[in-house]
Amino acid sequence: MATNDAAQASVMDMTPEKVRKDLLLPVFHTSRRYYLLVFVLVAIGLPGMFVYVYQMSEGMGVAGITRPVFWGFYITNFVFWIGISHAGTLISAILRLVNAGWRRPVTRCAEAITVFALAIGAQYPIIHLGRAWLFFWLIPYPSERGIWPNFRSPLVWDFFAITTYLTGSLTFLLLPIIPDWAMVRDRATGLRKRVYTVLALGWRGTPREWHRLEVAMRIMAVTILPVAISVHTIVSWDFAMAPVPMWHSTVFGPYFVAGAIFSGIAALIIVMALVRKALHLEEYLKPIHFSNLGKLLLVMSLLWIYFIFAERLTVWYGNQPAEMAAFWSIQRGRFAVLFWTMVWCNFLIPFPILAIKKLRTIAGTVVASSTIVVGMWLERFLIVVPPLEHKYLPYDWGSYRPTWVEITITVGTLMGMILLYVLFAKFVPIISIWELKGKDHAEPVGEHANASANPVAVRLDGTLPSTSS
Amino acid sequence: MNAIYGLFPDTNSARRAVAALRAASSRFHFNSKAIVVMSSEPLEEEGFGWEEERTRIGWFAPLGALVGAGVGYTLSAFTQRSYPLPTGGMPIVAMWPTGIIMYELTMLGAIVTTILTFVISTGLPNYKKRLYDPEVTNGKILVGVSELDSDYRAELEQLLYQDGAEQVKEFSKD
Repeated sequence: MATNDAAQASVMDMTPEKVRKDLLLPVFHTSRRYYLLVFVLVAIGLPGMFVYVYQMSEGMGVAGITRPVFWGFYITNFVFWIGISHAGTLISAILRLVNAGWRRPVTRCAEAITVFALAIGAQYPIIHLGRAWLFFWLIPYPSERGIWPNFRSPLVWDFFAITTYLTGSLTFLLLPIIPDWAMVRDRATGLRKRVYTVLALGWRGTPREWHRLEVAMRIMAVTILPVAISVHTIVSWDFAMAPVPMWHSTVFGPYFVAGAIFSGIAALIIVMALVRKALHLEEYLKPIHFSNLGKLLLVMSLLWIYFIFAERLTVWYGNQPAEMAAFWSIQRGRFAVLFWTMVWCNFLIPFPILAIKKLRTIAGTVVASSTIVVGMWLERFLIVVPPLEHKYLPYDWGSYRPTWVEITITVGTLMGMILLYVLFAKFVPIISIWELKGKDHAEPVGEHANASANPVAVRLDGTLPSTSS
Repeated sequence: MNAIYGLFPDTNSARRAVAALRAASSRFHFNSKAIVVMSSEPLEEEGFGWEEERTRIGWFAPLGALVGAGVGYTLSAFTQRSYPLPTGGMPIVAMWPTGIIMYELTMLGAIVTTILTFVISTGLPNYKKRLYDPEVTNGKILVGVSELDSDYRAELEQLLYQDGAEQVKEFSKD
């Protein structure tokens, strides 16, 4: 705790001018390396878009999904990205609610991951549709053929859950950006000034505006937490509601939520390390931030191995033939290499790194996080594919191999995610400037809520209370 | 002239200025409600912003949530009845799926209401020419009087300087 306080105190010791200069620099200054990075990301990612168009024109046959495995890379990626999205809003909301002072440099980095990961993840059901131009059939509305959406399908629940989470996360991200956009507006000239004038919405910083913003953020923090939990629970029900071996499990809800938070924190640590290095934010994103997130990651790693053990032990003990076919294909069959790689990536490698204080450095947490991100993608793949290959009737078993089309689209969306983040870091101060310098504002209670606690209390609109009172 | 304001380097001087303006309001014939404050960070703990009338905006989110729940039930129940799917003697309006849709729309209702409440109660977006100074985002605290009788301009300028204003400026909507 003392170290956390010290980290915050060192930021508080900086002059406001320095904080503003450091954090606004990326918005006003664009280096050649930045353009080069954008070019590289576009160059690697663009083939994914062309290949997607190719898939639409040729049909889903160019992807590896065939009977009986109709869910492959695309649904794996969907679950993976929705999981990654749990990094930001969930962590940010929890840290806001407990008034953790060290959260300030971290929250916006995290919230942006949520929004972009959701945007990327939500594309995958559409990519998976084949006829993407009919994506609006996912939206529950009465069609001209009189066919109404089936609310009993978890896929319809997905629509509502993701829409709610995306709306909430976007609001959670954008509301605290408004004062920072006003800051950019006041320093910009020309077209940039016009753009930021529109974005800042006419923000002036009156006590009323600040108060409303903080109240709105508190409400959002409380609201977004159950939404975040529900989103990944509902994604897990896409599987758990189906009578497929190893899917039909009551543990899937919490198992998916824990996995999502696990992969989300790992992604956040990687992004923070990259942002720290690229934007020279060493004085703001300190080793203590990585160490604290590393501790959270350690807890989630233990929780993850517990869930894996509980889920697999139950299947093994049940000894149902159909489930055991899928089980053994994962444990010692053709997916065994992937399974044990996953265990190494998610537990055996990160656990000692995160548990030993000396190793829980920036480099250590980044190494652990990198293996976890890989491991969690493998976990999603192993949930989706092996059970579909081994359904109840052995004559209907099959195998799945991804094609170059799926791999290219997967790489393309990964580049798309990074590109969105890079562009975001260019147009928005990646650390909330006003929050960084601010104090924690606890809700006043009792007599302290009364303006008389302060000799010169001012009303929210900037006016004074009436003297007659 | 519509307004006069001073730019203060810290909260102490800004607080003194607000107190002085409040005390001088009757002498210079302006309503104390015309005193304005702006800052680059929340100053609630510094004595600015905790109003006597407690805001009730926190209540709108639960109201929005209730509306969302109602919309969720109406949408899913009405839809299921309109296109009935008889399933093994189970009710047409399935309780659990309807509950899930209601839950998500309850939360969506609370979120949308919070956005609307924020937008309406702050009056944002507002692109009209209003009293403001870009120095606020440089860390200065703006304290001033809007809708001022110009007869007292010099006296107010002196008052603001006395309380520690680094600069005193005028603002006109015209």
